[in-house]
Amino acid sequence: MYFLIFFSMPFPIFFSLLAAPRPHNPPAHPPQRGTPLGARRKRAPGPPRGHTRVPSPPFPSLPFPSPPEPSRAEPCRGQVARAAAAARGRAAQGRSRSASSAAASASSAAAWQRGGGGQAPAVATQSRAEPSRAEPGRASSGRRPPAPVAMSGAAPGAPKPLPSSGPKSLREMPHPLATSSSEEMGPALSPSPDLLLPRGIADKDLSLPNGTPVDTSSPASSSSLLNRLQLDDDLDGETRDLFVTVDDPKKHVCTMETYITYRVTTKTTRAEFDLPEYSVRRRYQDFDWLRNKLEESQPTHLIPPLPEKFVVKGVVDRFSEEFVETRRKALDKFLKRITDHPVLSFNEHFNVFLTAKDLNAYKKQGMALLSKMGESVKYVTGGYKLRSRPLEFAAIGEYLDTFSLKLGTIDRIAQRIIKEQLEYLVELREYGPVYSTWGGLEVELSEPLEGVSACIGNCCTALEELSEDMTEDFLPVLREYILYSESMKNVLKRRDQVQAEYEAKLEAVALKKEDRPKVPTDVEKCQDRVECFNADLKADMERWQNNKRQDFRQLLMGMADKNIQYYEKCLTAWESIIPLLQDKPETK
Amino acid sequence: EPLIPMESSEAEPSESRPEEDGAAPGNCLAKKMEITVSEAEKRTGRNAMNMQETYTAYLIETRAVESQNEGQCSPVDSLWRRYSEFELLRNYLLVTYPHIVVPPLPEKRADFVWHKLSADNMDPDFVERRRIGLENFLLRVASHPVLCQDKIFYSFLTQEGGWKEMVNETGFQLKADSRLKALNATFRVKNPDKRFTELKHYSDELQSVISHLLRVRARVADRLYGVYKVHGNYGRVFSEWSAIEKEMGDGLQSAGHHMDVYAASIDDILEEEEHYADQLKEYLFYAEALRAVCRKHELMQYDLEMAAQDLTSKKQQCEELATGTMRTFSLKGMTSKLFGQETPEQREAKIKILEEQIQEGEEQLKSKNLEGRDFVKSAWADIERFKEQKNRDLKEALISYAVMQISMCKKGIQVWTNAKECFSKM
Repeated sequence: MYFLIFFSMPFPIFFSLLAAPRPHNPPAHPPQRGTPLGARRKRAPGPPRGHTRVPSPPFPSLPFPSPPEPSRAEPCRGQVARAAAAARGRAAQGRSRSASSAAASASSAAAWQRGGGGQAPAVATQSRAEPSRAEPGRASSGRRPPAPVAMSGAAPGAPKPLPSSGPKSLREMPHPLATSSSEEMGPALSPSPDLLLPRGIADKDLSLPNGTPVDTSSPASSSSLLNRLQLDDDLDGETRDLFVTVDDPKKHVCTMETYITYRVTTKTTRAEFDLPEYSVRRRYQDFDWLRNKLEESQPTHLIPPLPEKFVVKGVVDRFSEEFVETRRKALDKFLKRITDHPVLSFNEHFNVFLTAKDLNAYKKQGMALLSKMGESVKYVTGGYKLRSRPLEFAAIGEYLDTFSLKLGTIDRIAQRIIKEQLEYLVELREYGPVYSTWGGLEVELSEPLEGVSACIGNCCTALEELSEDMTEDFLPVLREYILYSESMKNVLKRRDQVQAEYEAKLEAVALKKEDRPKVPTDVEKCQDRVECFNADLKADMERWQNNKRQDFRQLLMGMADKNIQYYEKCLTAWESIIPLLQDKPETK
Repeated sequence: EPLIPMESSEAEPSESRPEEDGAAPGNCLAKKMEITVSEAEKRTGRNAMNMQETYTAYLIETRAVESQNEGQCSPVDSLWRRYSEFELLRNYLLVTYPHIVVPPLPEKRADFVWHKLSADNMDPDFVERRRIGLENFLLRVASHPVLCQDKIFYSFLTQEGGWKEMVNETGFQLKADSRLKALNATFRVKNPDKRFTELKHYSDELQSVISHLLRVRARVADRLYGVYKVHGNYGRVFSEWSAIEKEMGDGLQSAGHHMDVYAASIDDILEEEEHYADQLKEYLFYAEALRAVCRKHELMQYDLEMAAQDLTSKKQQCEELATGTMRTFSLKGMTSKLFGQETPEQREAKIKILEEQIQEGEEQLKSKNLEGRDFVKSAWADIERFKEQKNRDLKEALISYAVMQISMCKKGIQVWTNAKECFSKM
């Protein structure tokens, strides 16, 4: 009996069961990837997370608007949750710095995270049995669902859209290739056949209510699995199933305006895409739209930055080759970062961006969508004071502050170097020809002097190339990371707000005695939000740290390379004139 | 006492004694004597106005070169001289050997400086470069076939006391041509030797182009200095950044160290380049010496032309008096026509005087002509010698400059390769 339940349950429940009674063996992959992401997700369908996820059985007490699946109500799990919530409530009174923040997310960890090995990404996700003690090492990183289970974890049966969660399901969207009619986005649209692409492992078990395959939907295991897979893509590229490129900039001249479009090419084997290949043209404002949409629909995640929107007209020629190329590279990077993200890459807006022939039509529809979802998607901002920030987020915040400071300094130094190099170049350009003039005066020395002049000319060319490269390749990436840091700090602030709201509500509840054993759903919703946010953020942070290391390694090695090439060119030039200088004229 | 400068046989020893390229003739002083300017010292003393002054004195050391050595070192003689004494020596040589391209002294004041270099005469780097320049000057004179035989020069090297008086006793200052006279000659000479005219243009243009080159080079050095030094900032910021990083920290830190090395390397590079600049400067000043020889020729030529002109007019006068006809208008002729004629005796006397003068003049003209031709011959010989020397020296200078650039490029490659390796370990 238990056995039957075991297999018919969505895997999050399976995991909660698994976690509580016995230790779980983490799989072989390095634990630090994607950990908290998964950790949170399994626990509750609860808070609007802005990402597609499995509608796992909600807590019975949650007033979550999504219609609960009766078959999925898990008393066991609910009990655990409630107990933990009660513990939390008690702990909240005591209020130690780590305790409260740990409490916020501990229950999820506690509930199903036993025995997870690997690193504890700091306090917030430390699993603990007692509210007041933080146990490193039993982090949500432990949650490591074995792969096959992940596949089967989908919500059985009814595809259920979650109006308050994330982006509109694919199912509810008009298919880009279907007849376009602005359909009412109701929860019960019958999916167009081509949208439903079950993976074929098992049938509807595998697809989410919104049609996305299970891989991505079941938050904890599958996304962590994906995290692992996709983060390892520098090691084995074969696991990637989505490739996006930005190239071929073209200028469009219309009556009203002139602008540049870029070709966005997609190659994929993913089920969410009808075709294996797409090629569309997009302009900067489309990318900007996409980024905004991602921020709205995935507020708990770090969204990569875009190159700067505004250019001072007259100072920078926004149609110059260099500018367009720099922008193209940045846009390409932007899309690639989204592609690499296990959650963002499955975002519906992203999908439409990559595939829709007429993005503007979709954009207009999207407006209606937003208003419905906007409320639940947006967190309360402001008005709550955070009591204690979890150590790890405080550490991240401090790190980011120093990091962006240092980057700013490096940017200034690099600019200064380029400036000095250009001034040096100006002088060199005058220097070389003087040797030539002198050569004109001389007879025997004429050739050597001309040779020196030409040599200096070659060095000028090499220097010009170096400065251009640095301007076009080095500075933009630096600036991108500064922008990235800024947006990360904003996300951190949002997280703080979410936590603050939760704490405030919890405190209010704790003061009222009559709500005892029953934790108000409101508070639980907040708690879920906090935990979800923390988990997502932590996962993204780790990914970001790793990517940052690789990006900077590449960037700085590139800088060193360019300088080496510059000196090699000059060396060749000077070495080649030595024989010319040593030449003795035949007649002496 | 100085040799008579016009002896053409003395002026061309290199023809009688073919040497390999660049070597001074075997009989010149440089072969017999080792000369160095080994030290420089700050001194204070009283000058001609009895005012306190600070100056730098240079130690000249000389030692006879024994061709047959039983391992003995001959004793070193030494004496101290200051820059003004070098100047006195050179002025003496200029006046005494106007047909020779006299080697120049290093610059009196620091010129063509870029911001790191001091323009102060007392600056140790300047003093050091001047010391080298003075030694170079002495070696140039000592290896010149004509100049090396000069007694005053020899005493300059060997006789501490009383040298100044000795120079002044030669009375060379009196023989010096006045600048005004020379300028006048330059403008008015009608038939200078074409080669000298060309040489004059060449030396003007050479001066101009080398000055330009030195100025731009100084600016280039300045800018290059700036580029290298800014990289030092990378060292600091990488170090600070590495403090907040875990895996990236070590790579950043060690890369920063290499950036510091890079920034520091420019000091030595540019110091070496100053020697190249000094070599160029020598030839900048040599151009002035060339110009001086041309001026002398113009002066002599002008003198000759004036003397010839004078002779012609005297002859004409004579003829007029003798024949009684007036070829050209002259006030004297007019007045004598108006106010009465001279007596035949007076006329005879005049004619006699004129004839004497004419004879003198013709002899003078002859000797001047000879002088002029000798000057041209010997000057041109030295100029040819100078041309060879210049081509050799400047080629060497260009080669050493290229070598410096090559070395700088290699250092740059090395540093950035090291940095790249550090980055790869990030």
